[in-house]
Amino acid sequence: MIRSDSDVVLSVKNLTASVQGVDVLRGVNLEVKAGEIHAVMGRNGSGKSTFSKILAGHPDYEVTGGEIRYQGQDLLELEPEERSRSGVFLAFQYPIEVPGVSNSEFLRLAYNARQTHRGEPELDPFDFEDFVQEKLGVVEMNPNFLERSVNSGFSGGEKKRNEILQMAVLEPTLAILDETDSGLDIDALRIVSNGVNQLTTPDNATILITHYQRLLDYITPDFVHVMEAGQIVKTGGKELALELEERGYDWIDEPEAVATAS
Amino acid sequence: MTASVKTLVNQPYKYGFVSQIESDTIPKGLSEDVVRLISAKKNEPKFMLDFRLRAYRQWVKLQEPTWPNVHYPAIDYQDIIYYSAPKTQGKLNSLDDVDPTLLETFEKLGIPLSEQKRLSNVAVDAVFDSVSIATTFKEDLAKEGVIFCSISEAVKEHPELIEKYLGSVVPIGDNFFAALNSAVFSDGSFVYIPKGVKCPMDLSTYFRINNGDSGQFERTLIVAEERSSVTYLEGCTAPMFDTNQLHAAVVELVALDDAEIKYSTVQNWYAGDENGVGGIYNFVTKRGLCAGNNSKISWTQVETGSAITWKYPSCVLAGDNSVGEFYSVALTNNLQQADTGTKMIHVGNNTSSTIISKGISAGKSNNSYRGLVKVAPNAKGARNYTQCDSMLIGDRCEAHTFPYIDVQNSSAKVEHEASTSKISEDQLFYFLQRGISAEDAVSMIVNGFCKEVFNELPMEFAAEADRLLSLKLEGTVG
Repeated sequence: MIRSDSDVVLSVKNLTASVQGVDVLRGVNLEVKAGEIHAVMGRNGSGKSTFSKILAGHPDYEVTGGEIRYQGQDLLELEPEERSRSGVFLAFQYPIEVPGVSNSEFLRLAYNARQTHRGEPELDPFDFEDFVQEKLGVVEMNPNFLERSVNSGFSGGEKKRNEILQMAVLEPTLAILDETDSGLDIDALRIVSNGVNQLTTPDNATILITHYQRLLDYITPDFVHVMEAGQIVKTGGKELALELEERGYDWIDEPEAVATAS
Repeated sequence: MTASVKTLVNQPYKYGFVSQIESDTIPKGLSEDVVRLISAKKNEPKFMLDFRLRAYRQWVKLQEPTWPNVHYPAIDYQDIIYYSAPKTQGKLNSLDDVDPTLLETFEKLGIPLSEQKRLSNVAVDAVFDSVSIATTFKEDLAKEGVIFCSISEAVKEHPELIEKYLGSVVPIGDNFFAALNSAVFSDGSFVYIPKGVKCPMDLSTYFRINNGDSGQFERTLIVAEERSSVTYLEGCTAPMFDTNQLHAAVVELVALDDAEIKYSTVQNWYAGDENGVGGIYNFVTKRGLCAGNNSKISWTQVETGSAITWKYPSCVLAGDNSVGEFYSVALTNNLQQADTGTKMIHVGNNTSSTIISKGISAGKSNNSYRGLVKVAPNAKGARNYTQCDSMLIGDRCEAHTFPYIDVQNSSAKVEHEASTSKISEDQLFYFLQRGISAEDAVSMIVNGFCKEVFNELPMEFAAEADRLLSLKLEGTVG
């Protein structure tokens, strides 16, 4: 799906960030073009989930340097809700439960916020129901999910499918999937991956944050990045993921440790 | 910290205006003479004066309760005006005689009283300071035999009913504030639904405090005869003053065999400003007596206003198979304090009660649920279900729960569930990440939290409650 003339969706340069005074990102560089799928891999604590939260504007993290440009604009200037409305979507590693708020109401409000931002008409509950019915198929979801409270009492797999349903409704330009594969059994992994594959187009871009190669059996990345101690230390094609699977992360550490020390 | 839960900045209180009305006001202070003066001003029969005097004599012996989980400077009961009424020229024969400023006031509050504009499906008794100024649809209701009038009028027109029922549910010496009210109450509403009548429309009282120095002591009495039913709504607002006003009301409900009373309140008294200056002290005794078999009394309250709320709408389930319900949302913000809940007293056989309480605390407020479920020794087969949920917004507010369960009959089934939750930064961030503003997020979460109670409200009130909560919560997150 990559075209040489694709637009740059996301450009991250020398991004540094801290949480409560501790440096968590130490100079991240990444460029993502329309139509591309990037996988960011790494050990626990390497900074990959942090990176995804910073892209979405999570208030716990402070950006201390560098820049993030999204579709040519300074992403750091935008509030989290503005980032969302302009097409940045984060599928949460741990989707949040919201008792008492129905899934359909939540989806409709989110959808309408996006519509308003684009200067397009909002949908009333009836029209929205027709619209969302179509989207349910993307993640093979039963319509009664819409009437349940957001993620409340959902199984791990249901929560992740619900994230992808939200993605289907919001049709993001940049989707960041934070360990969407974690905690999924093989059927759920297939459903979620199928969903993501249906939603990728030449006009949008996807960043997959993951520990494991197995997600990449279902969703084929164009690039694989390895993150270590808050930096992207290695970039390759999809074969890099296989190599990591086979050899672990240790072999990457050695030369880079020298490089950062110098 | 874009989405962090921050200090609360309230929207201006919309009902805070003062109406310029010439009023007939007696000097501050309370004594037996003042009680006599109030009774004389109202031209009351002797039994009423005696009732007041007995109450006054009890009151001087009673102590203000100190057990509620609320704190306020001592109230000087001699510094309060106990009677203040809009000046009127003789007897009012129709709405045309009512001071236009008063009509305007209620219009501004969204309660139009004039023939053309009034709410089509709700009869309203409008109480301004101490006096009922107008009751709509009286004639239509009279055709069904329903009596709906101010309590002052009822004292004169239906003394036998007042003498029989007034003080029958809340005795004059029941508690400090009830005794005070019984001595000095100035007006309020009276409802009588005759046997077998289903009241053809909802009845409503709208209470408005206008005078900054006067207390408001109104009295409501609803009697539902056998096989009758009625839905009753109560709304309240007050101007913004930087002093506190005392509101000590008493509401009594009596349901006879197979009768049903549904009583709903949306309480929006002025709550004081963000520094806790001003606001109403709302010390209210509300109690319903399910006197008859198969009778039912249901309280629904949405408490959003008042600097301090002290209020426990209760049910005494005396009749066999009688049912008591209490659905409550209590929202406190800024420096508001609320100690509210219910009492369900099971006396008859096979009685059942349901308590659903939702407390929301924001700002630096303090919100307590206090409830009693009591099963008398001879009450066989009593059942109670209590669900008591608290929600915290921010990290400087408090939520407390004080449930008392006193079961003296072994056949009783009593269930109690409780939960405490907090609107977390993670929840807010989740909404924001989906493009939903923090304010919409809080309002959705809170409305979801309150859904079970809102479902119990009559339609006109449900929309109002929803809107009110959103308004009160504006600015609770930054």
